[in-house]
Amino acid sequence: MAEANTILEVTSASCRFDVSAPALSRLFSHEPRRILRAVENVSFSVQRGTTFSIVGESGCGKSTLARMVVGLQRPTQGLLDFKDIKRADGSVGPPRVQMIFQDPYASLNPRWRVGDIIAEPIRELKLRKDESETATRVGDLLEIVGLSRADARRFPHEFSGGQRQRISIARALATEADFLVCDEPTSALDVSVQAQILNLMVRLQKEFGLTYLFISHNLSVVRHMSDQLAIMYLGRFVESGPAEEVFGRPRHPYTRLLLDTIPDVEKPNRERRPMSGEVPSPIAPPPGCAFHPRCVQAVERCRTEAPALRREGELEIACHLA
Amino acid sequence: MNAQPALLSVRDLRIVFDGRRGPLTALDGVSFEIAPGEILGVVGESGAGKSLTGTAVIGLLDPPGRLAGGEIKLSGQRIDNLPAEAMRKLRGRRIGAIFQDPLTSLHPLLTVGEQLIETITTHLPVGKAEARKRALDLLKEVGIPAAETRIDHYPHQFSGGMRQRVVIALALCAEPILIIADEPTTALDVSIQAQITTLLKRLCREHGTAIMLVTHDMGVIAETADRVAVMYAGRVVEIGPVEEVTRRPHHPYTAGLMASIPSVHRRNAELNQIDGSMPRLTAVPAGCAFNPRCGFATDLCRETKPGLPVSGHAAACHFPLREMAHG
Repeated sequence: MAEANTILEVTSASCRFDVSAPALSRLFSHEPRRILRAVENVSFSVQRGTTFSIVGESGCGKSTLARMVVGLQRPTQGLLDFKDIKRADGSVGPPRVQMIFQDPYASLNPRWRVGDIIAEPIRELKLRKDESETATRVGDLLEIVGLSRADARRFPHEFSGGQRQRISIARALATEADFLVCDEPTSALDVSVQAQILNLMVRLQKEFGLTYLFISHNLSVVRHMSDQLAIMYLGRFVESGPAEEVFGRPRHPYTRLLLDTIPDVEKPNRERRPMSGEVPSPIAPPPGCAFHPRCVQAVERCRTEAPALRREGELEIACHLA
Repeated sequence: MNAQPALLSVRDLRIVFDGRRGPLTALDGVSFEIAPGEILGVVGESGAGKSLTGTAVIGLLDPPGRLAGGEIKLSGQRIDNLPAEAMRKLRGRRIGAIFQDPLTSLHPLLTVGEQLIETITTHLPVGKAEARKRALDLLKEVGIPAAETRIDHYPHQFSGGMRQRVVIALALCAEPILIIADEPTTALDVSIQAQITTLLKRLCREHGTAIMLVTHDMGVIAETADRVAVMYAGRVVEIGPVEEVTRRPHHPYTAGLMASIPSVHRRNAELNQIDGSMPRLTAVPAGCAFNPRCGFATDLCRETKPGLPVSGHAAACHFPLREMAHG
């Protein structure tokens, strides 16, 4: 853990969406404004060359956070600050950020040849002098991700899901990216293909010193990939810290329940008590701790007072009782 | 192994799709049995033929797909050659179905109660009032809170997990003896997924309903099923009790599949990966379909198709891995 190597510093970032009805109909029906708090007051920092994962169920705001990091969504409050980094070639500057999306069927243009898909960022950013150098670079990239040079002539539909995800990775690397935001990169893939892609991502991280912001709902995948992780619930971090620490000794009741409910191939047919209830709406979050309606340990204080995120060693945790 | 007579027995099922470039064999000699009250998990990667097997059992196979051989028996009676009308009566009455996406399996313009009542009155000789009472009981049974008011709500007013509960209630309407559940938890979050699998297990125990659980998620199978059938390229490659198959797989494909699943208990440096991908139906290799990706393949594997397992714990492999190899 090199503290001085911070690549991204996020300071109390929030993202709220106004989902009110149009002003006039609100006036007639005496409805107040409705604000959806997708991300509330989130702070974290990512170290260069490591993987920071964000875990949570649907609607917890993890994808909104990812979109804020790549700049597809402006934070309504707070700061996202990319630090200048020194690259192997001597250049200094802010990191180049790229994104890998969940669905490899929707994120590649079906009417473009794979070679053009990967060459587009190179042409757009003028990273190579001419077409022949671009073509060489495209061929190199295809080999890096485990495809063959000849695949540049083919169309996306000729590839399987896993191969398409390799193409997405090659396209992200084409910009000589330093920081990849991966939003559920393997959840559309079969397990054996998922293993291939995860291994490839780990290999590329070592080879090129990449930094990953890894978004997933799959705790086993996150355990495999992460150095640091944060568990999100209803727009807030409830627990964050080094992955080994969080998995080894989960403190927050939500983390514990998540770990308890995931299906486990190593313990077939165990008896378990599933978590009751569902994630509440981020438009009208419950008062106090957002998790209290589902929490088995909740006491009176949890219902009235929202717990602040407090530091405990390397961990940060938001719970009155843990 | 099983003293009980099979509730569902599938023998040497072959499904062929007639295409422009000749027939494609999508299922090639699939055989398995499900005992009353048993949950059989059918697991495999995309295109392995697991959903197609389920579709064939409920008789919803669409042209150009056709049954080219084998037989399907429900409680000893052949159902694969029934006329469409007889099959339609059987479906819903004796075989229920649960599909992946609860939003598309429900009619958006009818209340949940109307859909349940319609299904109940279609299959059972009861009146409207009686059917409504039954519908209410079913909703309570699948764990929908405030069922008395929820019965008059439309599907869009329910959350994903609650909708899937409604779909399960619909499948249970006529007290079927077999439920085909095709990826019932895939569209749901993990915590909701656990609620649904627990519910399925409870129903299975209390009603003695057998379930054929089709999914790509080995974790769900391990948590829910009694026995598991692993499919690869249109064939069953291994079948057996869940604990044995997950702990001591005999087929190299199952072993590779198990090892490629990341663990929540520890962090591995590298995941085991099976190189390559499942063959397309147009190019299934001769002999054992898995031979190009198998580390143990010999000439025998490249030439002769290994026999398919039926019961107990067995693998369709010339050289099944012995327990020694796994420690």
